[in-house]
Amino acid sequence: MASTPAAPAVAPSLVDTLFQRSLNDLVKSLRADPSAAGEAAAVARALSEIHREIRAPDAATKSVALQKLTYLSTLHFAPVGTHPLAFPAIELLASPHLPHKRLAYLAASLSLHPASLSLLPLATHQLHKDLSPSSAGAAHQQHLSALALQLLASPAAAAAPDLPVHLAHDLVLKVFARLAPLEPRLAARIVDPVCQLLTRSSAMSLTFECIRTVLTALPAHDAAVRLAIGKAKEFVAADDDPNLRYLGLLALGMLGPAYASTVNDCRDAIAKSLGDADTNIRQEALHLIMGMVNENNIMDIAGMLISHVAKSDPEFANDILGAVLAACGHNVYEMVVDFDWYVSLLADMARTLHCAQGDEIGRQLVDVGLRVRDARPELVHSVRTLLIDPALHGNHFLFPVLSAAAWVSGEYVDLTKDPVELVEALLQPRTSLLPISVRAVYIHAVFKVITWCFSVYVGRSGDSGMAVDVIFDRLAADQTVGSESNVALGSGEEQDIGASTVRKDPFSHESILYMINLIQTTVGPLINCNEVEVQERAHNLIGFVHLVREIQELNKRKVADGDKPSRLEELVKTMRTVFCQELGPVSVNAQMKVATPDGLILNENLVELAGIVSEDDTTPSTSIFFYPCSRHSVDTRDEPAVSIGSSSLSEHRKRHGLFYLQTGKTEDEPNDYPQANNSLPSSSNNSVNDDKLKTAELVFAGKKSTATKSRPKVVKLDTEDFLSSMMPGANVPKEDPLSGALRDVLLGSDAKALSSQRASDINLEGMLNKTSSNESSSQQIENLGSHPASRSSSRTSKQQDHDKEKGTNPPESDGKEPRKHRSSGRSGHRQGKHKHREKSSTQPDTIPQAPVIQDFLL
Amino acid sequence: MIQAVMVISTQAKPRLLKFYNFQPPEKHQDLVRSVFQLLSARPDSVSNFVKVDSIFGPGTKLVYKHLATLYFVFVFDSSENELAMLDLIQVFVETLDKCFKNVCELDIVFNFNKLHTILDEMILGGQVIETSSEQIMKSVEEIERLEKQSSTTSFIPKSITERFTR
Repeated sequence: MASTPAAPAVAPSLVDTLFQRSLNDLVKSLRADPSAAGEAAAVARALSEIHREIRAPDAATKSVALQKLTYLSTLHFAPVGTHPLAFPAIELLASPHLPHKRLAYLAASLSLHPASLSLLPLATHQLHKDLSPSSAGAAHQQHLSALALQLLASPAAAAAPDLPVHLAHDLVLKVFARLAPLEPRLAARIVDPVCQLLTRSSAMSLTFECIRTVLTALPAHDAAVRLAIGKAKEFVAADDDPNLRYLGLLALGMLGPAYASTVNDCRDAIAKSLGDADTNIRQEALHLIMGMVNENNIMDIAGMLISHVAKSDPEFANDILGAVLAACGHNVYEMVVDFDWYVSLLADMARTLHCAQGDEIGRQLVDVGLRVRDARPELVHSVRTLLIDPALHGNHFLFPVLSAAAWVSGEYVDLTKDPVELVEALLQPRTSLLPISVRAVYIHAVFKVITWCFSVYVGRSGDSGMAVDVIFDRLAADQTVGSESNVALGSGEEQDIGASTVRKDPFSHESILYMINLIQTTVGPLINCNEVEVQERAHNLIGFVHLVREIQELNKRKVADGDKPSRLEELVKTMRTVFCQELGPVSVNAQMKVATPDGLILNENLVELAGIVSEDDTTPSTSIFFYPCSRHSVDTRDEPAVSIGSSSLSEHRKRHGLFYLQTGKTEDEPNDYPQANNSLPSSSNNSVNDDKLKTAELVFAGKKSTATKSRPKVVKLDTEDFLSSMMPGANVPKEDPLSGALRDVLLGSDAKALSSQRASDINLEGMLNKTSSNESSSQQIENLGSHPASRSSSRTSKQQDHDKEKGTNPPESDGKEPRKHRSSGRSGHRQGKHKHREKSSTQPDTIPQAPVIQDFLL
Repeated sequence: MIQAVMVISTQAKPRLLKFYNFQPPEKHQDLVRSVFQLLSARPDSVSNFVKVDSIFGPGTKLVYKHLATLYFVFVFDSSENELAMLDLIQVFVETLDKCFKNVCELDIVFNFNKLHTILDEMILGGQVIETSSEQIMKSVEEIERLEKQSSTTSFIPKSITERFTR
């Protein structure tokens, strides 16, 4: 071990100074044992040594100790408090011995902590001396100044005095870049030299700086910009140097929208960069491509991007998918002209290898289905491929997509080409891999399909009651055999014939039979399932099937034969009408349009409500509420007549009215919990129900491209982009007279529309209760959607039966009331908590656990 | 401005760390670790630039060069030219080479102070002050001379002094 010679006054720390280890010794000892534990031990030992040594009066010892400590703290992360280094460092700063001084300066600049900055004043005297000219040699002086400056410029020091900045070309350009936007004459003056530099300079870094200056600071000078762009293109084309490619793309990214066409020209080069090995380059390229997307080229670009998805790693693949989804979905699909293409693209995207964007794809599938009527056939066709494929069931990313697919198929079942295949797909064995919410959707979709099949069948064989008899006799026969397994056996042969004959005619009695048996065998066992959602829906479905059979049973004993087919017809027709009403998107301002009935006094805030709501042990709701939409013509409804003081406030309110609690009359009894059914006077019912609460604006894309067909109507509700101020409701022509007529029939001649309110309206349930004529349909819907789980099947079917038979009488069962309260409470609760969520989506609220089925309150 | 200069071995050991933008000492180890993870994952054919917003803050990038068993890393923000930074690494390494004659990692390990001296001649307070490796070498040699001079003025015998300046 090297030792320092003993300087004069030594005494107490002779051992320390004599046997002090130098820095090199320390480094060697640290390297001796490379294991982490060994190193840590060596560091600890060294630290304890240092702490002794550093207190030595001897400068030399101290300086070596300081040196070692500095080393340990910077490279071995030895925890040094702020003070141990500071004091000796500052002591040594004053040393006349240059090496010591240097060590001290280094230690101070490396480890001075802002907290110990208070110690810096102790050093100022020394710093001052060092910075000012002294008698020592010029070089010496310079160096001292440099040291002092280093310390002052170190991050710990708050102040950084005038630093010597050597002006290199780069720096000058930077300065000009900052100044040029402020001083137009400067820009004019430097344009020429900069361009010259650009053309002539062979130094890449200088070139890049010039490009950057031109693009950021001199955007108006066309020639300069073109020159810069040319250079940037050269960069991008540099095959051998990924650095240049990256910088070229960066430069192109700096171009504003005015030069979009030039960027477009580079599209091929950029597209190539999508496949580059470097993630930076790929992401820049993706960013650039998304910037140049518009209506005309979106199909090509999307196609090209999807082809890259297959080749890329999972992360980038999902970046691409996400970018495409965002661009296409932007502002309610404003860039998509051909929805048939888009729908098949969505399905393809779901099937790509690493797709993790299932949520968004599922959401868009449903959204497009709701808004774009013309695209529904293609939509149903595309999702069919997703449903049929058993391989997809294992992929948890795709669950939202499958859920959306099932829902779409059920909802628009009248557009499907092969319902039997659909039912088979929805009931295939691998669906047991799906999560509960998705399975529930599947079962309900089957319900819709079978209802529709029945209705077509019944409609077809309307007069010929015989055909109906045949099918139900067979059903009865199966039933009498007894257990389901026998049914399975018995129907086995039928299924065999079924498979081939049903393809030809999905509405023949064989196919209906086949489907019913399939349902019984697959869904039947599920009525004992643990999962409440699945069990509920299974109950519904099986209940319906049993009901049909019951009719058959009953009628076996009756004499009047003609009764049976008509009862069947009635049953089927009623079920069908449950499902045939169209669901559509909800305007975020629908709530606004509800005018309060006269004589209604509303509380100004909902504080009291909070107390009520919090009593419920509500969890985010997963039950599903269906409310048929109202489709008659919209009465022009002016802005709610709420007088507001200042104009700016009213402006703000107009734009962001959604987020304001309405004062005065525009809210219907927000904190008045739903009362017993008909407690309100009927006058209030009338005025409320006269409102048209959904304002739908049909958006027509003006542009027609030559070869493709014109863009279908996309239902887009006003103020769905929050920037536009709220417009009064425009008159919307009655879109669907049939459903309107149906509703009239169902709801009685008052033609009271159901109020369309947002999920956040706590009072909705109450509203429904009050409108007596709406009872039946709403009750039916609610029954289907939100039965408590623990109910035997017979009671279910009886209740359904009861409801359908009795029609319009509001059931008074106590079981219903608390349920309504609960669910209202839930939705209200949700409103309070999740109001912010509405801001970010132009969609109606989505329920977290059932991402596809959305709360539609129309 | 340059925010940090780091030299990290391919075994994730830091060989030189200098932060021009204050980073609390507790964070140093994490910073080194994150940078190392980032760099060791990059194949050889990609560009030398990486965006490090998540590690050093918004708008920061780093440029690195992988030479033998070391990563030379310069972290900088948007006010610096990327290619100029790349050049700077080159200058730094060339200077080291001149200084140590065919520099290798061991030289860097055992010459902690000299490394800092060289770096301080190039970068002051996060700004580049010298880009010519010739000039830097000259300054470093000058400093060494000064140090030697200063040592001789003490009453320590020369034979011993030599040990200091080894």
